[in-house]
Amino acid sequence: MKRYLRQQYMPHIWCPGCGNGIVLGALLRAISRLGWDQDRIAVVSGIGCSSRATGYLDFDTLHTTHGRALAFATGLKLARPELKVIVVGGDGDLAAIGGNHLIHAARRNIDITTICVNNRIYGMTSGQASPLTPKGRLATTAPYGNVDRPFDLCQLVQAAGATYVARSTTYHVRQLCNLIAEALENRGFSFVEAVAQCPVYYGRRNRLGTAVDMLKYYRDHAVTVRAAQSMQPEQLADKIIIGRLHHVVEPDYESEYARVMEEARRRADR
Amino acid sequence: MSERGEIRLVQGNEACAEAALAAGVRFFAGYPITPSSEIAEIMAVRLPQLGGKFIQMEDEIASMAATIGASLAGVKAMTATSGPGFSLKQENIGYAALAEIPCVVVNVQRIGPSTGMPTSPSQGDVMQSRWGTHGDHPVVVFCPWSVREVYDLTVHSVNVAERLRMPVILLMDEVVAHMREKIEIPPQVETVDRPRPSGDRQDYLPYDDSSDVPPMAAFGDGYRFHVTGLYHGPSGFPTTDPEVADRLIRRLCGKVQRRRQQLALTSAHLVDDAEVLVVAYGAAARSALRAVREARSEGVRAGLLKISTIWPFPQEVLLSLAARVRRVVVVEMNLGQLVLEVERVLKGRAPVQHVGRVDGELVTPEEIRAALEGV
Repeated sequence: MKRYLRQQYMPHIWCPGCGNGIVLGALLRAISRLGWDQDRIAVVSGIGCSSRATGYLDFDTLHTTHGRALAFATGLKLARPELKVIVVGGDGDLAAIGGNHLIHAARRNIDITTICVNNRIYGMTSGQASPLTPKGRLATTAPYGNVDRPFDLCQLVQAAGATYVARSTTYHVRQLCNLIAEALENRGFSFVEAVAQCPVYYGRRNRLGTAVDMLKYYRDHAVTVRAAQSMQPEQLADKIIIGRLHHVVEPDYESEYARVMEEARRRADR
Repeated sequence: MSERGEIRLVQGNEACAEAALAAGVRFFAGYPITPSSEIAEIMAVRLPQLGGKFIQMEDEIASMAATIGASLAGVKAMTATSGPGFSLKQENIGYAALAEIPCVVVNVQRIGPSTGMPTSPSQGDVMQSRWGTHGDHPVVVFCPWSVREVYDLTVHSVNVAERLRMPVILLMDEVVAHMREKIEIPPQVETVDRPRPSGDRQDYLPYDDSSDVPPMAAFGDGYRFHVTGLYHGPSGFPTTDPEVADRLIRRLCGKVQRRRQQLALTSAHLVDDAEVLVVAYGAAARSALRAVREARSEGVRAGLLKISTIWPFPQEVLLSLAARVRRVVVVEMNLGQLVLEVERVLKGRAPVQHVGRVDGELVTPEEIRAALEGV
């Protein structure tokens, strides 16, 4: 794994107990398993805790503006289709300020794999509510309990046209790694939500205990896609459905645009 | 090469698109907005014919971001917009300036603020093009007054962006963008490519400050480097070291400041014996030239300094011309933007009068003549 890390920039900026490292480890193991050429991988991120991952990764790495990673990645991918493009971001970055880019990247089925580290809070700015903060939970900007309802991001991107959608948690590391590998292999827009603990800004304020306690919570509240199928909505209310949620084969944006280029050339020659 | 070009009657926006292609632009991301949409529409037709890529993004912010992303892949990239879209692009323009990603942003000015009066002409984005994004940053802004100049300055914008590794803004206005003129489209144009690294990839420093424009690798070339909007040292990795930060921003701004004179594009008309100097740019300069000629037929010795490089402001040229005149008249379709720069440079050496217009109509020669002959 070390060959994928820029160890000269360690130690990293993440807090003790943070889930980002676990998700990053799963991503790097998945890349290693696929045996991809290190020089042909670009990782793009926005702004936030998880977005700082790009600095530590020994690929071509692009740390962009808040929420815009997918828009930068779209230009990069179109201009250099042979690159494997991966976007890493948090729930605030991808679902709030970057929500529009998320649904449109999914709609285009552009061949980008997006890993959303969902810690349910804005960690970098010390604990404001995000679009993934559950209703009633506390945040610095939701001191009386969050009134907003959270997104189900997986359902959102599936509805928008993503061709691979999965969810796991930082407790289920092996599964997370397997799902990321599947997502990377899917040609089209792939989305993996990694539910991750932020013991410092989310856990502490909501009295969820230590990082280990939060991992145990994921262990106890995760249900597989198969198990969830036979459960009632009220039984699923506080559960995290994990596994591959959606996978279809559809032409990706690049293949479609290649046809446009062919047609444009044909008409120009006429 | 004395090969003749093709003579065509083209619209300003069309000239812009064709010039960008001639200069080697092979990526365009855009979003519909009048009066710049023709540029995107032409790019949508032409780019795939040439092996390039066009994409209509979900919003203006995304088109700026995709343009930067494509440039980082080693492809010359451009976007085009108008006032409201230009406002939305500002954060990522600052990103391109700090991360030193070459790209061209065309802003066909329309009257604002806000939605304004779509889509009447204006020159109200002069200061925004200089200070629109936050923080101290380098800026190069060109402003054409004719379809011919749209073509030439578009090519030049691409070349300067590549040479200096920075965003360049082509500040057009609705009049020039929608006007049709006969121009000769050259069979080829001089093109410039960004400096590329030649050394060993282990030693590559994407922000090596031993020169003021460091060589730029493309993603996918095996250099495996980091690009960020955070302040960074030569390696590209974020820093909070005050010395490194100071050195970075001074280098970025310095690369334009040091080239101020070579970037300054102006043309002087009838200034040799002029007592009144008109300073104008873009469509307003067309009315100004006519006013100057008419005023001369009435015995007023007027001349015109037409400015094509708005930023960095061509202060040396203005100073040398203004030294010989009794007064200066600045004509622009706003309530006073570039006039502030003229006043700053002249420091009271000559009285400066402003002729502005903000009703969505082109400033007329008559209005300008009134200022020339009025005293």
